[in-house]
Amino acid sequence: MRFAKILGALGLATAVLAGGLAPTHAKADALERIAKEKVLRVAVPQDFPPFGSVGTDLKPVGYDIDAATLIAKEMGAKVELVPVTSTNRIPYLTTGKVDLVISSLGKNAEREKVIDFSTAYAPFYNGVFGPDDIKAEKPEDLDGKTVGVTRGSVEDIELSKIVSDKVTVRRYEDNNGTISAFLSGQVQLVATGNVVAAAIFERNPPRLPIMKFLIKNSPCYVGLNKNEGPLMEKVNAIIAKAKDDGSLNAIAKKWLHAPLPKDL
Amino acid sequence: MAYSFDFSSLLDYTPVLVDGVVTTIGLTAVSTVLGVALGIGGAAARTSTVKPLAVVVGAYVELIRNTPFLVQLFFIFFGLPSLGIRLAEWQAAVLAMVVNLGAYSTEIIRAGIDATPKGQIEAGASLGMTGPQIFRYVVLGPAMGKIWPALTSQIVIVMLGSSVCSQIAAEELSFAANFIQSRNFRPFEVYFLATALYLALAVALRWVLSLIGGRMFAKGVSRA
Repeated sequence: MRFAKILGALGLATAVLAGGLAPTHAKADALERIAKEKVLRVAVPQDFPPFGSVGTDLKPVGYDIDAATLIAKEMGAKVELVPVTSTNRIPYLTTGKVDLVISSLGKNAEREKVIDFSTAYAPFYNGVFGPDDIKAEKPEDLDGKTVGVTRGSVEDIELSKIVSDKVTVRRYEDNNGTISAFLSGQVQLVATGNVVAAAIFERNPPRLPIMKFLIKNSPCYVGLNKNEGPLMEKVNAIIAKAKDDGSLNAIAKKWLHAPLPKDL
Repeated sequence: MAYSFDFSSLLDYTPVLVDGVVTTIGLTAVSTVLGVALGIGGAAARTSTVKPLAVVVGAYVELIRNTPFLVQLFFIFFGLPSLGIRLAEWQAAVLAMVVNLGAYSTEIIRAGIDATPKGQIEAGASLGMTGPQIFRYVVLGPAMGKIWPALTSQIVIVMLGSSVCSQIAAEELSFAANFIQSRNFRPFEVYFLATALYLALAVALRWVLSLIGGRMFAKGVSRA
């Protein structure tokens, strides 16, 4: 009798301990809470234009902010923007300080162990860009042309692998050198990120960098906590709808000066 | 020591380094010949009795000697295209180096000309020589001999300064070193080798220039 009591107490204690120690992964209730409180908390960047930067009125502006506002609106909630850095954006999510991370977040295996990803909502890629009058759809089309690139960058390494000796690759010290070489016509094309190309567009130059072909693609996803199935479904549905009705395309044109790629 | 040295990782990049050294030598050779020629012309103009010419050359010398080489290079490469003058990176590099060496050597050679005793010029005139003849046969030779060591140093400085041309993607030795470093991430080995190569190039350049000086302006050099 006594023995059974002790055993029962032990079992209870173990259960309580186990319950207490188990990771406090919120059950699938984030969506319920959002619906109840009508507030969607989103981690956004403030140091990474055009995805997120601080505007003249000291409020964050950018692609990610517009995407967050769009998703909150579709959920019928008010958006609460939480500025984060690239190092603390995932901890903000896993500790429950935010519901979503919309912070130009790329997908990789290590991150997938910790959080879940929605479908892609923003393009992020390296490609070859050049003015309208130059035709180049694949690496072979670059033969005989001059391409500027920032030395040692991802696009430099990748471009060096795919082009032949007939291509003149000019390597500059930093992105500003590459941009200047393109704007002054010292190179016909540039291999760079779509964000840098967008920065060139901002200056409204006579020679606009139009995307020719893709070198490396790593689009951005919305980050969610694990086991948030309903929220994930909702976010994916909103992204799919925004892609269909052109509202996401409008955001892309506004901030990246290029329409959404069809395969996004 | 956590860093393990690996100079063999540079072997794959031998062609890049060789190209870089060849380009540096080529840039230096062309700019030296043209730059010293410009300097002789500039010195002649600056010491001439034609005042407007002397003023114009003086302005050129002051402009170039009081602005950084990198800015001059960027102006030529990135700036001039706005005026419709688009130069390839090696053309821009040579032009910048010629213009730069031209200004410095104008001043150096002018100093040699100023040091020519008046009596020698008068002696030339009394032999019935014209102004250009006096400059060519009486003034220039001894003047060049006097300033040859200073000019040699300036040419070495220009050769070492050509490393700046890597900033406009002229693929000389520094560009090669930076390129390799951005690929194999071995800064110590790469820049150690680049340093050794520059040192060897500079020593060789001084040797070649002293040979040339000894041949052409024997008197002055032996005194220097």
